[in-house]
Amino acid sequence: MSEVQSMNSPRWQAVCTRQDLVANSGVVALVEGRQIAIFYLPELERHPLYAIANHDPKSGANVIGRGLVGRVRGQLIVAAPLYKQHFRLEDGRCLENPEQRLDVWPARFSGDRVEIGLPG
Amino acid sequence: MTSCTDSKDLKTLIVIGNGMVGHHCVEQLVAAGATRRYRIEVFGEESRRAYDRVHLSEYFAGRDAESLALSSAAFYDQPNLHLHLGEPVLEVNRGRREVVTPKGRFSYDQLVLATGSYPFVPEIEGATGEARLVYRTLDDLDQIREAARAARRGVVVGGGLLGLEAANGLKSLGLEAHVVEFAPRLMPVQLDELGGQALKAQIGALGVQVHLSRATRSVTPGMDYRYRMNFDGGEFLETDLILFSAGIRPQDALARQCGLETGPRGGVVIDEHCRTRDPHIYAIGECAALNGSVFGLVAPGYQMARKVAGELLGEPGVPFLGADMSTRLKLLGVDVGSIGDAQGVTPGACSYRFVDEANAIYRRLVISADGRKVLGAVLVGDNSYYDTLLQYAQNGIAPPADPASLILPKTGGAPALGVEALPETATICSCHNVSKATLCAAIDAGCTDLAELRATTRAGTGCGGCAGLLKQVFDHELAARGVAVDKSLCEHFPYTRQELYALVRVEGIQTFDELLKRHGHGDLGCDVCKPAIGSILASCWNQPIQEPWLVPLQDTNDTFMANMQKNGTYSVVPRIAGGEITPDGLIAIGHIARKYQLYTKITGGQRIDLFGAQLHELPAIWAELIEAGFETGQAYGKSTRTVKSCVGSTWCRYGVQDSVRMALEIENRYKGLRAPHKLKFAVSGCTRECAEAQSKDVGVIATDKGWNLYVCGNGGMRPRHAELFATDLDDATLLRYIDRFLMFYIRTADRLQRTAVWRESLEGGLEYLKEVIIHDSLGLAGELEAQMQLVVDQYECEWANTLNDPEKLRRFRTFVNTTDTDPDIRFVEERGQRRPARADEVCQAELAGESR
Ligand code: SRM
Ligand SMILES: Cc1cc2nc3c(=O)[nH]c(=O)nc-3n(C[C@H](O)[C@H](O)[C@H](O)COP(=O)(O)OP(=O)(O)OC[C@H]3O[C@@H](n4cnc5c(N)ncnc54)[C@H](O)[C@@H]3O)c2cc1C
Ligand code: SF4
Ligand code: FES
Repeated sequence: MSEVQSMNSPRWQAVCTRQDLVANSGVVALVEGRQIAIFYLPELERHPLYAIANHDPKSGANVIGRGLVGRVRGQLIVAAPLYKQHFRLEDGRCLENPEQRLDVWPARFSGDRVEIGLPG
Repeated sequence: MTSCTDSKDLKTLIVIGNGMVGHHCVEQLVAAGATRRYRIEVFGEESRRAYDRVHLSEYFAGRDAESLALSSAAFYDQPNLHLHLGEPVLEVNRGRREVVTPKGRFSYDQLVLATGSYPFVPEIEGATGEARLVYRTLDDLDQIREAARAARRGVVVGGGLLGLEAANGLKSLGLEAHVVEFAPRLMPVQLDELGGQALKAQIGALGVQVHLSRATRSVTPGMDYRYRMNFDGGEFLETDLILFSAGIRPQDALARQCGLETGPRGGVVIDEHCRTRDPHIYAIGECAALNGSVFGLVAPGYQMARKVAGELLGEPGVPFLGADMSTRLKLLGVDVGSIGDAQGVTPGACSYRFVDEANAIYRRLVISADGRKVLGAVLVGDNSYYDTLLQYAQNGIAPPADPASLILPKTGGAPALGVEALPETATICSCHNVSKATLCAAIDAGCTDLAELRATTRAGTGCGGCAGLLKQVFDHELAARGVAVDKSLCEHFPYTRQELYALVRVEGIQTFDELLKRHGHGDLGCDVCKPAIGSILASCWNQPIQEPWLVPLQDTNDTFMANMQKNGTYSVVPRIAGGEITPDGLIAIGHIARKYQLYTKITGGQRIDLFGAQLHELPAIWAELIEAGFETGQAYGKSTRTVKSCVGSTWCRYGVQDSVRMALEIENRYKGLRAPHKLKFAVSGCTRECAEAQSKDVGVIATDKGWNLYVCGNGGMRPRHAELFATDLDDATLLRYIDRFLMFYIRTADRLQRTAVWRESLEGGLEYLKEVIIHDSLGLAGELEAQMQLVVDQYECEWANTLNDPEKLRRFRTFVNTTDTDPDIRFVEERGQRRPARADEVCQAELAGESR
């Protein structure tokens, strides 16, 4: 379990470089056994990186990283590629089914390195 | 049988005739639960279930018999309802209350005659066989089609409504069509002198030759054609077939046989309850006569059917007092309308007329002596006045001070009657007796879609004559309720797909960002507008989909150029154009499939699908396929899929053209074309149609003179047969029409709208499409062809392009930080191949792993 909100000092781990990312789209990293989808939105200068669980609860397949990203009613979302449900990139909540929430992690650039904040 | 005891107490209702009206009556009865009171036996002389005779002519345009049926086959398969097809009633014995068929005797408590009418054929010496065809049933049409096979020219005797429709039928079978009319004008019943003249001018311009005031005396063998029709006065006309449409007569043979009273001009005499002189017998539809009149339209027939259903269930409702015989039609593409007292025979009636000889347009308005009522009207060449005039006539709305303004050309401020002026009680659809109030109630109950409104109220699903008015009422009522019909693509673009397409084209926009900046809202777009605009950009400029500015727009299948399956793996489909593949090609696919352990299956589209590839395996698999000479099949895109072909004249003993060659040409021309939805094609080498071309978006069937082109067919969820679009085309014309057709579709269709749905929503229908594509009525043909050529020239195999670019290949990694594979993708073996493990199998495997 990774409760983003309650994390006081994440352990930052480098997972790849800026060149591994695809602008306005996602890639997936395997970090300590977890599959983490990383979305890169260069237009959002203040906050261009999002990390969210790659596992799609509806299909059971690890495919969230291959979904389309965009904005729906102001909220940043990724659309799951198989059945098209939307998850908020900020907190992983499912728009169609708000009880459902994917894990999310903080992410940042450190120079050219992409880092994910894992629980302390 | 559970209802055994009950069914003894049931009364027996026999319905004779399974035509439009007889069927409607049974349908009403069943819906009201009549089968709990009656055992209903229906006898039909024809071999098919009741079908839509009004749209009979579409059978020639490629529609099949089953899709014309008025009910599903299952409808007549329910307790206490029995349909006897191909079983005519030969005799009615009123004393014993019994009917006699070739198969036996059946007694009744109540009897409904719904035997319709039959075509009248005058006695003419020598008119037999193919010189004596008629146009009433599907079997008749089969006979005409058969006769037309070896024919060049066909003549229709009778220039009435049905005759002109039949002439159109002959034209669509590729014959030179003539109409011979006894009277000095066309449609003598509905039109007046000037109306007939305008219609003749319009029809002549369409290539149907009209011969008026000709009485056929005899038919003898011809010189240049099979028959020679000899007219009174010595003139003659040669032809290969003759079709009679000289009026219909009520089919009242049974009534005469059993001594029921018939009218002076035929028809079983009924009262306002639709009851005959025998209290146990009703008569409805075209076989019935009220006060000496018979009613040759579906709407009054349906009224009678509803009336009798009510009577039989003890809910008599309103009496049947006769019916409005107004009609609007499109004959050979020409608008014709006739309302109420079109001939102005009401005493004191006065007429207003508008004549435009240049465009062969004619309108006549008949007003009552006191100027307070619209009594009738005649329209030729432009039916846009019909709805308004009909409402004035039917609802007794007082005409404006200057009645002529109702038929004068509309110049902006013309006082067209808005639908808001209609009273709540106004009948909008007379076939199904749907009033404005009923439509409003349905809209209030949440119906915000026209198709749904049609389905719930049934308005517009009979003769179709009310379609225009129905849409007006619908739009107006929605607007009145403040329901804006928002056609925006999504929250980011306040435009329809068609509008965005035009913006992209006109402004030469190449990227999503540019379009968003110029015409959209927000910073990112969403999963609705991105793929839609990705598709528009591809249709216009056809640039490789893996370019960095295009890749984020695509759904996953397009992004990775493969179809994602349920477990996150992909399928790989190389193009196998026309289904033709060399043994070496097959072996290469086999090797690759074996090497990567891909589940292999022949698809429904005549090619081979390889399932179970993981993301990181795709480039290697494609490198090997391309090495073996394959290219992408774009099974993932809303784009050209397959062109199915049959083996054709090269091998098949019946083939008349090389269908494989044409399929290859088509597939290679349009491969890579992206569209609002997927596109499927097929080419058959002869009319046996082994390639099922009539179920495709574009179907091509060989003839001995070239190719017949069919468009807008569809399999899938709601199958629709393709319609015959053009005949006997040479190769170049065929491709030109397909170019124009596809580009016009791409330009005007909605997001994710396949050609079949697009076609159904197209105002003006097939005729309009023909005008645009064949006759270039919009002056677009050159532009559409050039746009297609650009896409064709721009084609490049997306996989080959990607494999040449290391940047693009970086995406094809399961994980960016390791070469591990996804541990959750598991396979089991079945029938000698791998398939995804089911959840229960995964658990078992895990347990087995742990215990080891
Ligand atoms: C593989 C195949 C079935 C097979 O094992 O034979 C297939 C498989 C799929 N079809 Fe199909 N269809 C296949 C032939 C057909 C056919 C037959 C044909 O083409 O002659 C039809 C009916 C004909 C038609 O389209 O008019 C057909 C009608 C559909 C439809 C319904 C379309 C409609 O307009 O109603 C869908 C759904 C859609 O596209 O929205 C669909 C969608 C799909 C999808 C893409 C569903 C999905 O999103 O996962 C399937 C995945 C394909 C894949 O490779 O992963 N498939 N599908 C066939 C591939 C043909 C090929 O070589 O490309
Ligand atoms: C080409 C064409 C176009 C038309 N266009 C229009 C239009 O645009 N608008 C419009 O309103 N109307 C139109 N009509 C007219 C419309 O089709 C008829 O009004 C309608 O079909 C009448 O229905 P019905 O049930 O009375 O007769 P039918 O539909 O003719 O049905 C009568 C049935 O009874 C059967 N039958 C007869 N005798 C016996 C027997 N002894 N035993 C068993 N069965 C028997 C017949 O075989 C037939 O199947 C058109 C008709 C045709 C042919
Ligand atoms: S469609 Fe005709 S030509 Fe083609 S295979 Fe069938 S029978 Fe032969
Ligand atoms: S009037 Fe015939 S369908 Fe509505």
